[in-house]
Amino acid sequence: MSEPYRRPISNTWWLKNPNYRFFMYRELTAVFILAFLIIFLWFLSSLARGPEAYNAFLQRLSSPWSILFHIVALIAACFHSSTWFNLTPKAVVVRKGEEKLPDAFLITPNYVGWLTISVIIFLIATWS
Amino acid sequence: MATAARSRGEAFWWAIFSAGGVVTALLVPIHILILGFVIPFWWGSIDTFSYERIHALLSQPLAKLYLIVLFSAPVFHCMHRIRHTMYDTGWRAYATPLAFVCYGGALLIMIIAIITIASI
Repeated sequence: MSEPYRRPISNTWWLKNPNYRFFMYRELTAVFILAFLIIFLWFLSSLARGPEAYNAFLQRLSSPWSILFHIVALIAACFHSSTWFNLTPKAVVVRKGEEKLPDAFLITPNYVGWLTISVIIFLIATWS
Repeated sequence: MATAARSRGEAFWWAIFSAGGVVTALLVPIHILILGFVIPFWWGSIDTFSYERIHALLSQPLAKLYLIVLFSAPVFHCMHRIRHTMYDTGWRAYATPLAFVCYGGALLIMIIAIITIASI
């Protein structure tokens, strides 16, 4: 049996439309998040190797390259979070009688939860 | 038949992808903020991020469990995205090796993460 016909698509199809570009930027956040996770793993491995390796790693964190990377990664991660939170009304439709509940009712709790969890993690990390 | 099996596989990856998306969205930004900015510019006590305190904090079983979740879910999420994006931008002909490299890579990072976290 032959393969179904597929219309050829150029590899740069996503440059043609702002919505497609938005989609690609969101997909690109995965690369920065993955890179951050590897750096975070490196941090944990320095912690496992002992005080000397740990302190050397902390020194590297204040280099300009590290700061620059974390600025980009933070922007990418927050962008990813907001696209994920804003999707909720697409995945879940809540009705109140005949009316569809406004999107904000579903989106806002995500941001509140995000902020709450972030504050808790910050306090655990810094409270001595 | 092959298509049904393929879509079942896709549903399985999508479930992991979606769980990974939630974990990533909620937990990753604050960890970037702490590691990238709070630690290098820390304004409080010098002991806060000392080896002794952080080691004591992260060697607890509950903290290790948390770190394993923090790693596994986002790594699969990211690799799934990278795989699909490459598939959509000209790698369609290499779909099978691409899936193998992406999910295999995710599994490898996860195994390294579990070994590392266990040894803290």
